[in-house]
Amino acid sequence: MANDVWVYIEHKDGGIAPLSFELLGIGKAMANDLGSNVCAFAIGENVDNIAKEAFFYGASKVFAVEGEVFKGFRSEAYAKVVTFLLDKYKPEAALFRATTQGTDVAAASAAQLGMGLCTDSIDLKVEGGQVKMTRAAFGGNYSVTVVNEKAKPQIVTVRPKAFAMPEKDDSKSGEVVKEAFSVEESDLNTKILEFNKSEVAINLVEADIIVSGGRGLGNEDGFKIIKELAAMIGGAVGASRAAVDSGWISQEQQVGQTGKTVKPKIYIACGISGAIQHLAGMRTADCIVAINKDPEAPIFKNATYGIVGDYKQVVPKLIEKFKVKLNK
Amino acid sequence: MKIVVCIKQVPDTEAEIKWDIPKGTLKRDSIDTIPNPFDEFAFEEALLTRENYDGDIVAISMGPEKANDVLRNALALTANEVYRLTDDAFAGSDTFGTASVLAAGIKKIGDVDLIFCGKQSTDGSTGVVGAEIASILGYSPLTYVSKIRQIDAANKKIVVERVIEGGTEVVEAKLPAVVSVIKGINEPRLPNLMGIRKAAKIEIPQWNADDLGIDKGKVGTAGSSTKVVEITVPPPRGAGEILKGEIEDVANIVTDKLIDMKVIK
Repeated sequence: MANDVWVYIEHKDGGIAPLSFELLGIGKAMANDLGSNVCAFAIGENVDNIAKEAFFYGASKVFAVEGEVFKGFRSEAYAKVVTFLLDKYKPEAALFRATTQGTDVAAASAAQLGMGLCTDSIDLKVEGGQVKMTRAAFGGNYSVTVVNEKAKPQIVTVRPKAFAMPEKDDSKSGEVVKEAFSVEESDLNTKILEFNKSEVAINLVEADIIVSGGRGLGNEDGFKIIKELAAMIGGAVGASRAAVDSGWISQEQQVGQTGKTVKPKIYIACGISGAIQHLAGMRTADCIVAINKDPEAPIFKNATYGIVGDYKQVVPKLIEKFKVKLNK
Repeated sequence: MKIVVCIKQVPDTEAEIKWDIPKGTLKRDSIDTIPNPFDEFAFEEALLTRENYDGDIVAISMGPEKANDVLRNALALTANEVYRLTDDAFAGSDTFGTASVLAAGIKKIGDVDLIFCGKQSTDGSTGVVGAEIASILGYSPLTYVSKIRQIDAANKKIVVERVIEGGTEVVEAKLPAVVSVIKGINEPRLPNLMGIRKAAKIEIPQWNADDLGIDKGKVGTAGSSTKVVEITVPPPRGAGEILKGEIEDVANIVTDKLIDMKVIK
């Protein structure tokens, strides 16, 4: 149907990330309001497994394009397929995750279709049959709501973890529509030579728990205890710009306006004052715990729980308590 | 090699932002502005590329009068040429409109091998304009680039490293390519006094919609398919609870509360 909601299922060489299917939940809610269906679409060398799982998470139909040329994500190849599919079926909306893959393929496809897109959406709703997309602007100081009145589909990238993961029901199945669409290798400009897994592979953006350190740690060694706390509670390690610029930790771990935007359930900020540039990257966390010596630090105005104190005393105490309470 | 850098003047993060509410656009003329921090990395990468492989750097920016500041900064940093792409018809462009104008500028410059952009701007923060320019021009899209390994100008090839989820991807691409760079790819240098003085005297050339051969109905507010319908200030998060007392007790309380959330396994 023309007003269906489509969800792009991202994957890496057929491997499914835990959150690959997360947008099927909000997609289904939108489709309910539109009186239509939520459909998944996937591209790859072989996406049978992905299609099967998409039904478990609520897709009513799956559109798939397969071919050897699609082994490994390349935005130029994938965007040709997405453009073809969206142009052919013209769904009401097409949702992508605001990851590097989702953003690249959504942007390239929107440009091919000659339309704008809404990026990093944190709220999506249907009002009067129209899809409204809300995103943060200027470091979260403003929320901007955007509609696309002129063209279909509305292309949206959605901040990871902005919406709850749908329940899995592995009794579900449905129709897979395999579209024949090929791209010639000779028409492509890029070739992936290798992929090197990162040492800091726990992806900040996907993490439910993040323990972050800032200038207040005083030196590189301060991160040892931050990492210890993170390991104890299964979290990823983040940092403020000050800590990254001081060379204490890699840039990949920076949270904030010039780093990553994260939405964990728990964010523990240690020695972070809470400049607006940092808040921009983490203020949508469900629960923020701030530990800082300075009672006037702006982070306390945004924290769920504030502890005024020296991280060198507070963090080891937290580790000690967690160790006992979690039987570790 | 001919290198183009797309740069932008953005509101200072600390500045008070003023909106034109009915239009859903920024009142850009009344705000303190700075060069987009990500574009400083892009420009530095262009300088390093010119040092290593020779060539010319052309910096372009789309925007009103204020955009001259960022172009002048590029001149002070020894850009060979700069152009401001400006027309009343460009105002209110969405990402596709912006990318279309920049792509038209790149076409007009002609014979371009490499285009550098910052990963995103700190104002709109959409992070898609680089990918859209590549898509419009049919050039190699190289986003989230953390390192340029090698450029083979004679054979029109480039090898870069991209930081994506879970690791780093090494990609070989044909030139021309659009390379959008992440923070940390280099250490941007500052212009020196002589450069600043020299740049202050140069008149910045402008290209309008007609110069660029752009259909005015396809850019700006007229051409944008996305439209801002509401701007709100999100409610402040609000200060929660400051836990006071002995560290022992505070640690007990906070660990209990966090464990109760059932997130920690």
